[in-house]
Amino acid sequence: MDNSKQKKIKDFLINNGVIIVMFILVIYTGFTSKNFFTANNLMNILMNMSSRLVIALGIAGCVITAGCDLSAGRMIGFGGCIAGVLLQRMDYSGKFFPDMEPLNVFLAVLIVMVICACFGTVTGFFISYLSVPPFIATLAMMEIVYGINMLFTNATPLGGYVKDYTDVASGKFLGINYLIWIAIIVAVITWFIFNMTRHGKYMYAIGGNPQAAEVAGVPVKKTLILIYMKAAAMYGLAGFMLGAKAGGASVALGFGYEMEAIAACTIGGVSVTGGRGRVYSAIIGVAVFELLKVALQYLGMDANMQYIAIGIVIFVAISLDIRKYIAKK
Amino acid sequence: MAEYKLELKGVCKSFPGVKALDNVQLSLRPGTVHALMGENGAGKSTLMKCLFGIYKMDAGEIYLDGKKIEVGNPDEAMKHGIAMVHQELQPIPARSVGENLYLGRFPTKGFGPIKMIDHKKMYADTEKWLKEVKMDFDPKALLGTLSIGQMQSVEIAKAVSQEAKVIIFDEPTSSLSDNEVEALFRIMNDLRGKGVTMVYISHKMDEIKRIADDITVMRDGTYIGTWPAAEMTTDQIIAKMVGRELTNVYPPRTNTPGEVVMEVEGLSSIHEKSFQNVSFQLRKGEILGFGGLVGAQRTELMEGIFGIRGVASGEVRMRGNAVRIKHPIDAMNAGIGLITEDRRGNGIFGCLSIKENVGVSIYNKFLKAGMILDHKRINGVVDDSIQKLSIKTPSMKEHISNLSGGNQQKVIVSRWLANDPDVLIMDEPTRGIDVGAKHEIYEIMVELAKQGKAIIMISSEMAELLGMSDRIYVMCNGRLTGEIDKAEDMTQANVMNYATQF
Repeated sequence: MDNSKQKKIKDFLINNGVIIVMFILVIYTGFTSKNFFTANNLMNILMNMSSRLVIALGIAGCVITAGCDLSAGRMIGFGGCIAGVLLQRMDYSGKFFPDMEPLNVFLAVLIVMVICACFGTVTGFFISYLSVPPFIATLAMMEIVYGINMLFTNATPLGGYVKDYTDVASGKFLGINYLIWIAIIVAVITWFIFNMTRHGKYMYAIGGNPQAAEVAGVPVKKTLILIYMKAAAMYGLAGFMLGAKAGGASVALGFGYEMEAIAACTIGGVSVTGGRGRVYSAIIGVAVFELLKVALQYLGMDANMQYIAIGIVIFVAISLDIRKYIAKK
Repeated sequence: MAEYKLELKGVCKSFPGVKALDNVQLSLRPGTVHALMGENGAGKSTLMKCLFGIYKMDAGEIYLDGKKIEVGNPDEAMKHGIAMVHQELQPIPARSVGENLYLGRFPTKGFGPIKMIDHKKMYADTEKWLKEVKMDFDPKALLGTLSIGQMQSVEIAKAVSQEAKVIIFDEPTSSLSDNEVEALFRIMNDLRGKGVTMVYISHKMDEIKRIADDITVMRDGTYIGTWPAAEMTTDQIIAKMVGRELTNVYPPRTNTPGEVVMEVEGLSSIHEKSFQNVSFQLRKGEILGFGGLVGAQRTELMEGIFGIRGVASGEVRMRGNAVRIKHPIDAMNAGIGLITEDRRGNGIFGCLSIKENVGVSIYNKFLKAGMILDHKRINGVVDDSIQKLSIKTPSMKEHISNLSGGNQQKVIVSRWLANDPDVLIMDEPTRGIDVGAKHEIYEIMVELAKQGKAIIMISSEMAELLGMSDRIYVMCNGRLTGEIDKAEDMTQANVMNYATQF
């Protein structure tokens, strides 16, 4: 009896090792650095998390079907730039479309998401109907989107946004920034899709066993297209959010974010072998990632060292995660 | 010289829950072809895997040239000069013939510790060995570009190159064309002339009569006897193979077949070697058995009907109306369900719960406002099936991979029952299931038939086929070779006769 209890505690510690270590790190940082546990800092961390979470939730759908999406980062840059050109002030000297009135913010974000979704649909088509492995298909789309964005913007940085747009980041509702509200709404919608719709259940089935899904009458191809379409729309939204926060955008926006998003998902428990992963997995993963970055900063760790630390966390987290499933066999 | 080149004595082998081999013996005379025969699951392949060191025998001895030897793994078997040409070839299609032939023992050149692969020697030697088996294709060709017969001759060349004195052929002709079979027999005759001893596993009677010197028959993991091939007629061999009492008890059958619900007419696969021109009828409330040997294309036929495999021509009619089935969704809409043979491969979702495993096919029917899943009603359905089929599980949230094979099968049955099909195709419904659960599955099948469902059951287990079916179709080599509809005609010999009409 005592033995099994001990084993249970040990399993708990190992299975949640990364989260526990993070928790300790945060507490330690909080007590050793003065400004860590302040409302301001907390809000700042949440602001950083918000766009990252939107990206991670998009990519989680792909990872749950045992895929991935390398085009996410470039899609974010593309989305950020489209939002930028649509929302520049009339009096800004470097305005991209000098004669165009800035659009309504809601209309602009809709356009951004629809355009990105179109590109995501193309990726999904290649993955589902032409059986191109997701790694390669999204790699191809990554190159294409980047090229189009370079041609489109002439690689010039955008700025001079209308106040409505920058307010998306700075404005608050109930004391919480709009950006954070957007992330919360996206998380709720994603939870709804994952758990309350056929599409979500089909997604898990395809990730669990694509052959069995086919036999069980799951529309595998349509579901896959929808997943990549939906994900791309979310990257577009994330680009829009990042642009609002920075007050500007360039083609370099979002570069490499896809890798961090995939890593965050897996740290949180979305299995790269497919079939497993929930919305809270993505939230935990993104939180671990952002907290780690901020804590290391506060502890005064060298910026370059931080990369190494993050790499080690990914190694350890994924090894522990995989262990859960291997031990079961 | 010993009387026998190779002897196996008193071989026993158990797998969890099954005694696969019980005191089996095999004696091979030098320089002969020895046919090893028996039904599906008689233990032929298991015996050969024991000899070749893939399985470890629980008891038994191997004598080579009268001397006792130990075979712990395939490597050791090969060192003793024993080679095996597998039923399913395991080559590396993306590499060349030469590389496949010398895999794991590449000839090397170089000085001191620096070793490089000697490609020149490898390909020259490969050419030599291919000539030895009367094949003359390019040793640098990629293996994947060869036909199955050619790949097999590469395997044989590999065995010859290792100077094998005993070569085991495990159903080598199951996927060969007639020409390729002729070529194989030429090679085998040649090898026999050189004093090589061969074991030949096959179901094809005419081949056995042509090539074999001796015949050993096995049944249900036991040794039946060995006879010179020339003294046995085909009927005698079949009688030896099937001469078993049916001991399993099947539930009393209270269902009565009614009118025809499904008709299949002239269905042919897009693959020449798969099912061709198959026509049959299925009645309401009927359990229709499909018998045949492994490889008779029964699974392929059912998957063709269900829209998983390509169909070139033919028609499926449900209640008289022709239906076009291009995808499993079409089949489901037409009222057909399929429980696949390979439960792990394309049946269950291992990492998902029982609820999700049942629910996956029925989400369309349980929606609120046209899009929101009605979890309450789905839970009701799942709970109901857990009760009805007495699935042993702590809760519907349990991962299906934690259940026993029998309970997993019941979950899949529930998935289809929730869909309420008119026709349920069950491909080897009791494979890998223990005896108690088997009986429960049988009871479920009878109950469903009683309720008016039409069931197609593919079974390679003779007792099950005869014990459960109202009517039996037998397939061989992609064709429907016989129909048995009278109870008195349902005998093992009749099924076996139809099943071997190659």
